[in-house]
Amino acid sequence: MLAVPLVAALACLFSGAAAARTIALAATLIDLVLGAALWAQYDIGGAQWQFQENVALFQGFAWKLGIDGIALMLIMLSVFLMPICILASQSIEKRVSEYMAAFLLMETLMIGVFAAQDLLLFYIFFEAGLIPMYLIIGIWGGAERIYASYKFFLYTLLGSVLMLIAMLWMINEAGTTDIPTLMAYDFPADAQKWLWLAFFASFAVKMPMWPVHTWLPDAHVQAPTAGSVILAGVLLKMGGYGFIRFSLPMFPQASADFAWLVFALSMVAVVYTSLVALVQQDMKKLIAYSSVAHMAIVTVGLFAFNVQGLEGSMVVMLSHGLVSGALFLCVGVIYDRLHTREIDRYGGLSINMPKYALLFMLFTMASVGLPGTSGFVGEFLALTGIYKMSSWVALVAGSGIILGAGYMLYLYRRVAFGEQKNADAAAMPDLSVREWLMLAPIAAVVLWMGVYPESFLAPMRADIAALDARLASARPEGDARLTAGDPTTAKTHEAQSHETSAHGGAH
Amino acid sequence: MDWLQSLRLAAPELLFTIAGLAILLVSAWANGKTAARLATWAVVAVLAAGAALTAPVLFSGAKGPETLAFGGLFAADAFAAAAKLLIYAAAGASLLVAPAFFERFRAMRAEYPVLVLFAVLGMSMMVSATNLLTLYIGLELNSLAAYVLAAFLKTDDRSAEAGLKYFVLGSLASGILLFGMSLTYGFTGTTDFAGIAAAFKDGLPAGAAFALVFVLAGLAFKISAVPFHMWTPDVYEGAPTPVTTFFASAPKVAALALTMIVTLKAFGTQAPAWQPIVIFAALASVFWGALGAIGQTNIKRLLAYSSINNVGFLLIGLATATPAGASAMLIYLAIYVAMTIGGFVAVLMLKDSDGNPVENIADFAGLSRERKVLAASLAVVMFSLAGIPPLLGFWGKLVVFQAAVQAGMFWVAVLGVLGSVVGAFYYLKVVKVMYFDEPAGKALGKSDWVHQAILALCVLFLSPLGYLVVKCLTALSDLAVAALMTAA
Repeated sequence: MLAVPLVAALACLFSGAAAARTIALAATLIDLVLGAALWAQYDIGGAQWQFQENVALFQGFAWKLGIDGIALMLIMLSVFLMPICILASQSIEKRVSEYMAAFLLMETLMIGVFAAQDLLLFYIFFEAGLIPMYLIIGIWGGAERIYASYKFFLYTLLGSVLMLIAMLWMINEAGTTDIPTLMAYDFPADAQKWLWLAFFASFAVKMPMWPVHTWLPDAHVQAPTAGSVILAGVLLKMGGYGFIRFSLPMFPQASADFAWLVFALSMVAVVYTSLVALVQQDMKKLIAYSSVAHMAIVTVGLFAFNVQGLEGSMVVMLSHGLVSGALFLCVGVIYDRLHTREIDRYGGLSINMPKYALLFMLFTMASVGLPGTSGFVGEFLALTGIYKMSSWVALVAGSGIILGAGYMLYLYRRVAFGEQKNADAAAMPDLSVREWLMLAPIAAVVLWMGVYPESFLAPMRADIAALDARLASARPEGDARLTAGDPTTAKTHEAQSHETSAHGGAH
Repeated sequence: MDWLQSLRLAAPELLFTIAGLAILLVSAWANGKTAARLATWAVVAVLAAGAALTAPVLFSGAKGPETLAFGGLFAADAFAAAAKLLIYAAAGASLLVAPAFFERFRAMRAEYPVLVLFAVLGMSMMVSATNLLTLYIGLELNSLAAYVLAAFLKTDDRSAEAGLKYFVLGSLASGILLFGMSLTYGFTGTTDFAGIAAAFKDGLPAGAAFALVFVLAGLAFKISAVPFHMWTPDVYEGAPTPVTTFFASAPKVAALALTMIVTLKAFGTQAPAWQPIVIFAALASVFWGALGAIGQTNIKRLLAYSSINNVGFLLIGLATATPAGASAMLIYLAIYVAMTIGGFVAVLMLKDSDGNPVENIADFAGLSRERKVLAASLAVVMFSLAGIPPLLGFWGKLVVFQAAVQAGMFWVAVLGVLGSVVGAFYYLKVVKVMYFDEPAGKALGKSDWVHQAILALCVLFLSPLGYLVVKCLTALSDLAVAALMTAA
């Protein structure tokens, strides 16, 4: 799976534009088929780590790959979005072969990140992704691309190097680079705090959390459509994956101690970025800010320290990967026609582009979290988890969802309904076959995930239960810490004891 | 220990001396381009022979008293061998790239390879030194050859200026070093490293701390660590590019290896006394090198600051004063040599359509469309210098920081990585100019096949394929460090 895109990337470099497109599409489709095969063969309820490859190299550094259910789902997300990205890149005219090579390289690295079972290998994949993404934004981006590419690169690098030092310390302390071993290793409580903060610096930037999110709107707006899709769809998930794979299981105690920090930042993020999104004139920027808000839901869900929160966060991540990717594609579709992302230039698109308006509405609703779409399942589970932890956080996070409905529907109204203000916008043709091929599969999966989330939750269940068990030791203290600064001590406990009734009531 | 044994141990140095004198004599009569080319190839062959003589020493991990020659003045142990191999390789590469450059200025003369050979001889003695006197002789032999090399383009003002500047400042540094050495001798009564270590076993007298500071200051000049770095950008910019390639690689290796010998061997018993100094120099170099490079418009000056920056990272390894740190330094050095040579060779290959060298970074604009392979190679070198995985430069930084973390120097490591983020900015700038800007149509000229071959080798080593040799590199540097640290 790793080799296919890599070989294809090299092949693309040495071929012409048309051939490069074909090679890239073929390679990503092959990977999608491989991914499907992987899923089909994945033994739900079997061993935690499956499909392991292990070649010991030097100094304890090993080429060790393997996946659990969480990684499987994220790999599926990556391989699913890649062919769509390639299709979405038809509007790229200059230096096509290099562009395709960069994308395929990206795919290799993304799968590598999710499959790596060696700390250093993970870091190498994690960081190496910066180079192709830097080039993608910098070469094929919009007007402000150079500023955006610098900002993207330096922000993420700064976060990651601190993580590197923490990793070195861990390797030194535990004497191994093996991730599963480290996940069960108990680091001293003092050290956990520093390590957690160092990892947090990296993942918070990647995620991104407020206040280090500012690279994201710039990068999104300036990146080409497919670049935005990959950024929103997969790269942001690396942050969440990092929390699940490293911060929580490796430093449970510190995670509990710092949960208040995560909650505080996430609460600010949900409300603040939603308000910012409300006043955006640029469609891509609006969706970028909505990503920050959604990711904040993910972080509170993760740090809720219970099964619902974790499952919910995973589903929000998968769903957000699909939905925000699809929304960027939708923006890309009309951008290709009119070459502007300004919301005011559009209006009344449902008249001349009814099919487009239909799909756009589906994705808007999924982003809002309408029942029946993937967004609902994730947000509902995540909020349930948070509610068990702290009702205040749940309240604020929930208000973010209402605000989310506000800005997304406002966007949709301005773009799709109303009068047709501009003749050129009114004359745009509806979706072409290629665009259908891009959007329809995503729509299908979004609905599938919304109606029957079990097929996505089942592979992850055992892993999340294991993680939950690992966190169990730290959880009570997490509550105590939380309530110390929170006047709702009683409520929290109440919430826990009335867990079942809260569940039923919400239904 | 008889003389034959001593001569056998110093075989590479003897070979260089004889060959150097012979080629000098021959070239005094045989003038012209062909003779110069032949002399270059002859010197490369001599260097290869020297490497062949040295390699077994490293592979066998030679250490202990049987490596000492000439009554304990000279040691041919595995550590010296490791440094020598790097020096020979770097010098060979900078010789091979020279003819194509100098011939354009009609300045290719046979003296060039001969001077390089004598400089290498000096460096070879430096890294084999077990005595302050051997050290000084080696250092001066190297420096004198280097001063002349810097001014090798006689008709070029910048080259002459670089040579003069290097000479004046270099002599000053040698003086400081010599003063420190004489103070050391005054306090210990010996110039032998082992003797110095034994004399300072029970503590460092206040006066001897001065000696230490002077010695370190002199060495810091030679490795161009902050605050003794001022000469570097000027000399690197002014000197002819093949000479700069040489300066940035071989003498750096020699001077750093020498610094390791002096600190870890002679002052090895007094690590707490010099560690703060080295930590300061390391962090100052990392940050000054990174900040100073940002404003540069000339690629050679930028690479000069980059070398200051890299010396900072190397010194972090030294500051740990542990075998792991020293071993990490050797690994980093090997990778650094490849990165520097790759970088400067790529600069050599940048020529305008008339064949004149292009050194202005702004003129690289759009290089990725005019000369794809060259731009990609330079990008690999730049990303590698910035320490971005999966390129090998990352591994070098990783081992150094790992050693620092193992030694408990947590804050040094954190500051070091922050410095590397600052540094990443200017490397990115070069990539940006090459890839993002519209073509300027300046650097169009063809390049020599020798340059292409050397650059390809460097880039292959730095690419992820380089990880295949990391295992053997690690084993060798561990062997070398074992020889250095047990002898202390």
